[in-house]
Amino acid sequence: MRRREFISLPAQALGGAFLYAVAGERLKLTAQDGAVEVPLRFFTEAEAKVVAAACARIFPTDASGPGATEAGAVIYIDRQLAGPYGRDKFRYTQGPFEASVPEHGYQGKESPRELYRAGVAMLAGFAELEPAQQDEKLRTIEKSVFFRLLRTHTIEGMFCDPMHGGNAGLVGWQMIGFPGPRMSYREEVDQHHGEAFRLKPTSLTQVVGRPVRGWEEEG
Amino acid sequence: MDELDYALRFRMMQNIAEETITHRHSGRDAAVPVRQYGSFLPGGGTGGAGEHWQGMAFRFLESEFTLASHLKERFGAARLPDGLTVQDWGVTYRDLEPLYWRVELMMGISGKAGNLRGERVAGGNVFESPREHEYPLPPLKRTFAAIRFHEAAEKLGYHPFPFPAANLSEAYTNPDGVTRAGCAYCGFCERFGCMVGAKAQPTNTLLPVLSKRKNFELRTGCWVRRIVHKDGRATGLEYVDASGEEVFQPADAVVLAAFTISNVKLLALSKIGEQYDAATGKGTLGKNLTHQVAAAAMRVFFDRPLNSFMGAGALGTMVADFDGDHGFRGDEGIVRGGTFTMASPGGRPIAAFGSMPAGTAQSDWGTEWKAASLAWADRAALIGFNGEHLAYRQNYMDLDPRYKDKMGDPLIRFTLDWTEHEHRQRAFAASVQTRLARAMDVRFDAPRPGPTKYNVVNYQSTHIQGGAVMGASPETSVVDTHLRHWQVRNLWVVGASAYPQNASGNPTLTALALTYRAADDLIAASSKGGKA
Repeated sequence: MRRREFISLPAQALGGAFLYAVAGERLKLTAQDGAVEVPLRFFTEAEAKVVAAACARIFPTDASGPGATEAGAVIYIDRQLAGPYGRDKFRYTQGPFEASVPEHGYQGKESPRELYRAGVAMLAGFAELEPAQQDEKLRTIEKSVFFRLLRTHTIEGMFCDPMHGGNAGLVGWQMIGFPGPRMSYREEVDQHHGEAFRLKPTSLTQVVGRPVRGWEEEG
Repeated sequence: MDELDYALRFRMMQNIAEETITHRHSGRDAAVPVRQYGSFLPGGGTGGAGEHWQGMAFRFLESEFTLASHLKERFGAARLPDGLTVQDWGVTYRDLEPLYWRVELMMGISGKAGNLRGERVAGGNVFESPREHEYPLPPLKRTFAAIRFHEAAEKLGYHPFPFPAANLSEAYTNPDGVTRAGCAYCGFCERFGCMVGAKAQPTNTLLPVLSKRKNFELRTGCWVRRIVHKDGRATGLEYVDASGEEVFQPADAVVLAAFTISNVKLLALSKIGEQYDAATGKGTLGKNLTHQVAAAAMRVFFDRPLNSFMGAGALGTMVADFDGDHGFRGDEGIVRGGTFTMASPGGRPIAAFGSMPAGTAQSDWGTEWKAASLAWADRAALIGFNGEHLAYRQNYMDLDPRYKDKMGDPLIRFTLDWTEHEHRQRAFAASVQTRLARAMDVRFDAPRPGPTKYNVVNYQSTHIQGGAVMGASPETSVVDTHLRHWQVRNLWVVGASAYPQNASGNPTLTALALTYRAADDLIAASSKGGKA
C-alpha cells in the first residue's frame, strides 16, 4: 500500500473538523494555521491540488456565496473514486467496446478512476495558474468526457449529504435553501404557498441520530 | 433518503454491471450495451420496481383494451401510421373494472373519481372510463405549483384533477388487514423506498400477508436462469442462489413475474415460444416493444419560490382532455394523445441545481452560471406529457448475439426508435404545453419539437412494455387472456410484458389487475385437477 497522502484544507471553511471525525477518518490538525489535513484515498497530493483548483473554477467562491473549496468537493470526489463507483462496479463493462451515436451515452472502456488519472495528468501545473488562465485552460477541455464527469462530481460534492465527504458544514444546502432529509412536511406542504419556507439544514446523520455511511464505504 | 446513493447511484436498481440490455435504432445498426442507467430503471431486490416507484395509480381507458379495432373504426385503416401493430388485449375494461377496484382497495389509492357509473363528477377525471366506486381515500394535499397549474387549466376550459396516488393521503387499513401510515410529503418516493410505509410497496402491502402463510418461502439474492419444461409443461426452475450454488427447483406451476425485460429474456433463454421476426412478422416472442412518449417535458419558471423539496411521488395535477383520442381536431396527424401534468415529487438538490431559463448563462460552469443557478433555484417545474407509445412492426426484443450477462447468458437486445407519429405527438404536446404555460403566466423554455432518436441516456420512465403480449389467439400473442402461456399451460407470465402497447397512464395498476386475473385462473386450474 502506498504511503498515505493528505490534502490540507482550511478547517474553518470546512465547517470544522467535526464532520470528518463523525465519518471515522484519521485527521491531522495543524493548530497554527487552522488547517485540517484530510487523508486521501485515491488521489496523490499533487492530483488533489489540481482537482481542487479545477472544482474551484467550476463552482467558484465568489460574491454569490461559498463554492467547491468550502464544500470540500475534492474530498467527495476522492472518496467516490476510491470506492466501487470509481472502480466501475455500477457500470456494464463487458466488451467489445465500440464507438456509437451520442444517444447511447459513454461507451468507453476507462473507469472513472482511469479517466481522472489521465485527465488530471493533462492539467499539470494547473493549480499554479491565475484564475483567468485556469478558466481558459478548462474551456479547451470542457467537452471532454473527463471534464463532464468533473463538472457533475463538483455539483454532487456541493450538494450531497456530508456523509459522502462533500457539502461540508452543509454550505451547499444553506445556499439553496434545501433543508436536508426531513421526516415530515405533513403540516407544511399546503402552507407557505409562494413564500420561501426555509428550515435550518440537517444531515441524514443528524436526522437519524447515529452515523450513516455512504455506499462508497462498503465496497 | 440519500440522493446520491439512491437517486444517482441507483442503489435500489438491478446492478447494471451484472446485466443490462443492448440497443440499436434499427435492424440495420449494430447494437451496443446500455452501459449506465438512463432512460429506465429496473428495480432490484425484494419487490423490484414496485419498491422505488412514484405511486401513480391510473386505470387505462376503455378504448385501450380494444385499440386495434377502435382505431380502425375511428380513423379507417388508411389513416393509421405505417407499420402499426397495435392489438386488442382480449379482455375489456369491463372485465377489469372489478379487478382495478380490488387493487385500489389493496393499495389504498387516494384520488377523486370523475366518472361514477357514467355520471361525470366535477373535480375528478371526467374523461376516465366508468368506475363503480369512489376512491378508497381522498386526494393528497395540493402544492403551490399544482394550484397554479390547476387554475390555468380551468381558465383554458380543461378539466384538471389530482393524480390517483398509491401514497396514502391518510392512515389506511386494507381488506387484508394491513395498516399503513399517511404520507409525510418528505419528497423521497421515486428511486427510494418509503420511510413510513405510506407508499404501497410489495414489502409493506403484500409481504406482511404472505409472510404469515405457512406454505410461503421467500428466497432472496437468487438469479433464475431457465424455466425447465418438457412436452408443454414447466417442470421447474434452474437458478443460482445467493451463495453461488446452482439449484433446480421442481414446480407444479410457474409464475414468471420479473420485470418486462427479464420475463422476455427468460422465455427466450428457456426456448419457450417462437422468436418474433420483424422481416416476416412471424413469431410472437419479443414483439410489440413499447416505452412511453414522455421525453417532452416543458421546463417552466415561477416568479415565486416553490418549496419544491416538499412533495410525494404521485402528488400532482393532470389534464386528460387530450388523452386517448378525444380533444383532437383531426389535422394534428396523430391517432392517440396523452396527458399533461404538473407534479411535485420532491425536488432534490443535486439534480435540481442549474435549472434556469435557456440562454440565461453562456456556460454551464463558472461564476456567471453559479449566480444564475442560485437565482433560479427552487423556481423550476415541468409541464409533463405522457403520450401513448403505439406498437410498430420494427420495434421488438430478441437475444443479443454478442453481449452477455454475468452468468454468460445473452442480453436482451432492443430494436427501437421513435417514428413520425411520436414526433407529431410531441409537436402537438408542445402546443398544449405552451398554452398552459401562458395561462399560468410563467416563463418557459420554448419547445423545439422535431425528429429525435430514441435516447438511452435521459430518464423517460420505467414503463417498458410488451415482448410477451396477451391476446385471444396464439397466432398473435404469447400468453392468453389470463396471462397463461399458450404453449406451456402451467406457466403464467405476469407484468407489463403482456401489454400489446403502451397507454398514457402509468402501468402499475393495470399490471396488478391482470395479476389478480391470472391468480384467479391459477387457483381455478389448481383446484380442478389438484395440479395446474
